[in-house]
Amino acid sequence: MAERKDLIQDIQPVEASELLGAVADAKTAGYRLGQACATKVDGGIEVLYSLEKDEVLKNLKVSLGDNDPELQSISGIYWAAFIYENEMHDLFGITFKNLALDFGGHFFKIASETPWNPVNKRSGAADSAADGGGEVASSVAGEGDGGDGDGREKIVNLEKNDKETPAKADEKGGEE
Amino acid sequence: MAKRTVIPFGPQHPVLPEPIHLDLVIEDETVVEAIPSIGFIHRGLEKLVEKNEWPEMVYVIERVCGICSFGHGWGYCKSVEGNLGVTVPLRAEYLRTIWHELGRIHSHLLWLGLLADAFGFESLFMHSWRLREKVLDMFEETTGGRVIFSVCKVGGVRKDVSDEKLAEISAELNGMIPELKELTDVFIEDMSVKNRLTGVGVLSKEEVTELCAVGPVARASGVASDVRLDGHGAYAELGFEPCVEQDGDSMARCKVRIKELFQSIELIEKAAKSIPEGDIDVKVKGNPSGEFVGRMEQPRGEAYYYSKGNGSKFLERIRVRTPTNANIPALVKMLQGCDLADVPVLVLTIDPCISCTER
Repeated sequence: MAERKDLIQDIQPVEASELLGAVADAKTAGYRLGQACATKVDGGIEVLYSLEKDEVLKNLKVSLGDNDPELQSISGIYWAAFIYENEMHDLFGITFKNLALDFGGHFFKIASETPWNPVNKRSGAADSAADGGGEVASSVAGEGDGGDGDGREKIVNLEKNDKETPAKADEKGGEE
Repeated sequence: MAKRTVIPFGPQHPVLPEPIHLDLVIEDETVVEAIPSIGFIHRGLEKLVEKNEWPEMVYVIERVCGICSFGHGWGYCKSVEGNLGVTVPLRAEYLRTIWHELGRIHSHLLWLGLLADAFGFESLFMHSWRLREKVLDMFEETTGGRVIFSVCKVGGVRKDVSDEKLAEISAELNGMIPELKELTDVFIEDMSVKNRLTGVGVLSKEEVTELCAVGPVARASGVASDVRLDGHGAYAELGFEPCVEQDGDSMARCKVRIKELFQSIELIEKAAKSIPEGDIDVKVKGNPSGEFVGRMEQPRGEAYYYSKGNGSKFLERIRVRTPTNANIPALVKMLQGCDLADVPVLVLTIDPCISCTER
C-alpha cells in the first residue's frame, strides 16, 4: 500500500498579526495557495488557509472575534487569494485590509448581508470606503445610479492609475 | 494611446453554458484588462450542512456540479472518512476510482464538444457528445444514474459491480479508442482548429505557479501537479503519472485533456483487471468531531473538501473549493493582451464550471 499523503493533516494556529509573515515564509519555501475559507464557531470565526507543496498540505488557522472581524489580506503575497477573501467578506463579513482586487461587497449577488454570519451585519460598501476603494464601491452600492455605465468608466480610470485598487463596479450598468 | 472601452462579456453569452461576467477593458481589438464577476447562481449549498445530517449531506455535495458529481461525492466522503478515521475497503476504492475516471472521460468529451462549438466546428461538437453518451450509458448500467449517481457513501460505496460487468465496460471503452483517436486527431491536426488554439492565451510555468492555477491549466504549462499522486483511491496501485504539456497555450490545454481521455481508459482497464474481491463498505460509528482537509483531482483540476465536526450529527462546516475557483485568476491573466475574438475560446480553455464555483 502506497503512502497516503492525503492523510497527513497539519493545521497550525496562527495569530492574526503573524499571518502575513507565516504566509510569506510558506511562499518562499515553495508552497502554493490551495484555498482559504471561514468557519463560524461559537463566539467568533476561524479562517483557514491551505497551502500545498509536493501533495502535502500545510494549513494555517486564524481565530477572529465576532465583532468587526478584520484581517490583513494575503493577496499581496498570493494574488489569487482575492477570490477567497472577497467570498469570505461577502458571506461572513470579514474585512480584509489591502485587498488586491476588492469587489466592495458585490462578489456574490446575495439578498442579505453576511448571510453566513448574521451576528456581524455590515455594509460591504462602507467597508470598501474605509479601505480606500470607496469611490467605485459607492457607485456600486447606490441603487439605480449605475444605468449609464458610470461604474465602468471608473474601472478604466482606475486601471490607468495602477496605484489605485482596481475594483469591480456596476452590477446594474446594463449594456453600453 | 488608443481609447479604452469597457465591453461587458456575459453573464449571458452564446459560449457560456453558465453565467460569469467579465468586464473587458479593450484598446482597439486588444483586451488590456479583464475584471471577473460571479455570484449570479450562488445557491449556498455548503450552508445546508446545518440542516442535513452528515451521512445525508453527500447527496447535496454531489449536486454541486452535474458533470463531476461523482468526484464531489467522493471528495466529501473522503473528508468525513478522514475526520472519523475510517479506512475504506480496497474494492470500494477501486470502484470509486473507476467511476471517477469514467467521469473524467465524460467531462473531457463534454469540454471538447463545447470548445468545438466555441470556434464554430459544429460537427466536431456533435461527435464529441455522441461519444460522451456512451459513457453516460456505462454510468447508468453500473449506478442507475446518468448525472447524479448516489453510489458513494461515507465508509465505501452503495453498489457493487461484478467483475464481468467491469470487463465489459473496459472492452467497450477500448472499442471506442479508434473513434476517439479519429475525433481527437481533428483537434490536434486540423488547420482551422490549430489557428484558433495554437499560441493563444499562453501562460508560462512561472505564471501558473504564481497564480496557483490547477488541473489541466497548470499541467499544460509544464507543472506536473495532480492530486491523484497523493496516494488516495487506487491510483498508486495502478501506477499513475500526470499528463503534462509544455507550451502553455490553448492547444496545450486541449492536448492535456485529450491525453487524459486515453489515460483514463487505460486506468479503468487496469483497475477492472486487478480489482480485489472483498467488502464494498465498512460500518461507520460515531460522529465527526475533528477537522479534515481533503483534496480530489476533478476533471477540471484540484478541489478541496474541508469538514469540521462537533461530535453531533450535523457538521459545523463543509467547504468545497472547486477548480474553476482557483483558475479564475489564471483566466484573468491569460485574457490580458489577447484579441477580443479569442475571449470565448480562452474562457472555455479553463473549462469553467460556475455552478461549482459558486456552490
